[in-house]
Amino acid sequence: MTETPPEETEKAILISDMLRVRDQRDRAAFARLFGHFAPRVKGFLIRAGSDPAVAEDCAQDVMVTVWNKAHLYDPARASVATWVFTIARNRRIDLARRDRRPEPEDLGWGPEPETAQEDGLVLQQESDRLGVALKGLPEAQRELIEKCYFGDLSHREIADVTGLPLGTIKSRIRLALDKLRHAMG
Amino acid sequence: MQWGERMTIKHHLTEQLLMGYAAGTLPEAFNLVVASHLSMCDDCRATLAAYEEIGGALLEEAGVAMSTGGLDSALARLDTRAPEPVRPAAPGALPAPLRSYVGGDVDAIRWRSVGGGVKQAILPTSESASARLLFIPAGAAVPDHGHRGMELTLVLQGAFADETDRFVRGDVEVADQDLEHMPVADIGADCICLAATDAPLRFTSLIPRLLQPFLKI
Ligand SMILES: [Zn+2]
Repeated sequence: MTETPPEETEKAILISDMLRVRDQRDRAAFARLFGHFAPRVKGFLIRAGSDPAVAEDCAQDVMVTVWNKAHLYDPARASVATWVFTIARNRRIDLARRDRRPEPEDLGWGPEPETAQEDGLVLQQESDRLGVALKGLPEAQRELIEKCYFGDLSHREIADVTGLPLGTIKSRIRLALDKLRHAMG
Repeated sequence: MQWGERMTIKHHLTEQLLMGYAAGTLPEAFNLVVASHLSMCDDCRATLAAYEEIGGALLEEAGVAMSTGGLDSALARLDTRAPEPVRPAAPGALPAPLRSYVGGDVDAIRWRSVGGGVKQAILPTSESASARLLFIPAGAAVPDHGHRGMELTLVLQGAFADETDRFVRGDVEVADQDLEHMPVADIGADCICLAATDAPLRFTSLIPRLLQPFLKI
């Protein structure tokens, strides 16, 4: 028997807590998810330009939405972090009150009954590799990817902020994405 | 939407658009085109899921401590009612996200003639970009035009061809300022497209240019 690395155990607990929330409306499991994700959502919103008090309230809203929409969570379609990310992203878009973001037809994260928790673990492992690959990117590329996701900046706005020409930005992001794809093999 | 139909899509969204949609940073009009294409294209849905995973991986890194009492107030707000069941959208010619902007399916579109049999309906979006439905009668052409910004054109019915290729239902053409083109609808059927642009179109001949303020594009 080989021992499971602690990080993998932690990820497996996130999935099982999320399923407990979904299937058993388990408040203790929710409290653990809150402990893990609420500070991360708060950090995400602060980096997207919210002031800390607003970010704190919205992080709470996001976690309450995680509970209320738990029936839509499907471990075979997204890691728990990604599922929370999509809810936090939508909250950030609402906060900005600028551009609505319609959802595609019946993309809805409706669970497929035949997909088991093991599928979720495979996806979780891939998303861990993605996290490692992101950490391994050269600083400049990584920063730009982060700005795209956290900073609420378009490619042109990023150019204005960093003083880099638009073509450079686009090619750096492309390079970073190619590297990520390569790391995912 | 039929499976066979999905297989025929050849022109997809760019990675830049899918990443922007995953990150939530696109203008509303572009979001509408992306959501409509995703409603017809499984390939791009899979790519979108990958870009959303990048968002999840980045979320895992950035924590700021919550104040005490945050958990308790969240717990006090948890819904105890059973969740609403998910209802799939009724099938229609227009993808569901577009139907919510039109207020119905194709028969609910409020067309306005713009001459030459071509009709358009401007959709209500934020001002960062504009979206409109275009009706091009079978065999007719949209005036030759170039672009100042980016223009996305998604085919919803029929097909059109321009200097670059032919586009059928589900295909999306991504045009930037380097492209000057004259889309022509297939002779077989009237063509309906969803078009979005983040800058006014620039017509190369004089008369459409004079019409431009009137067309509001
Ligand atoms: Zn596609």
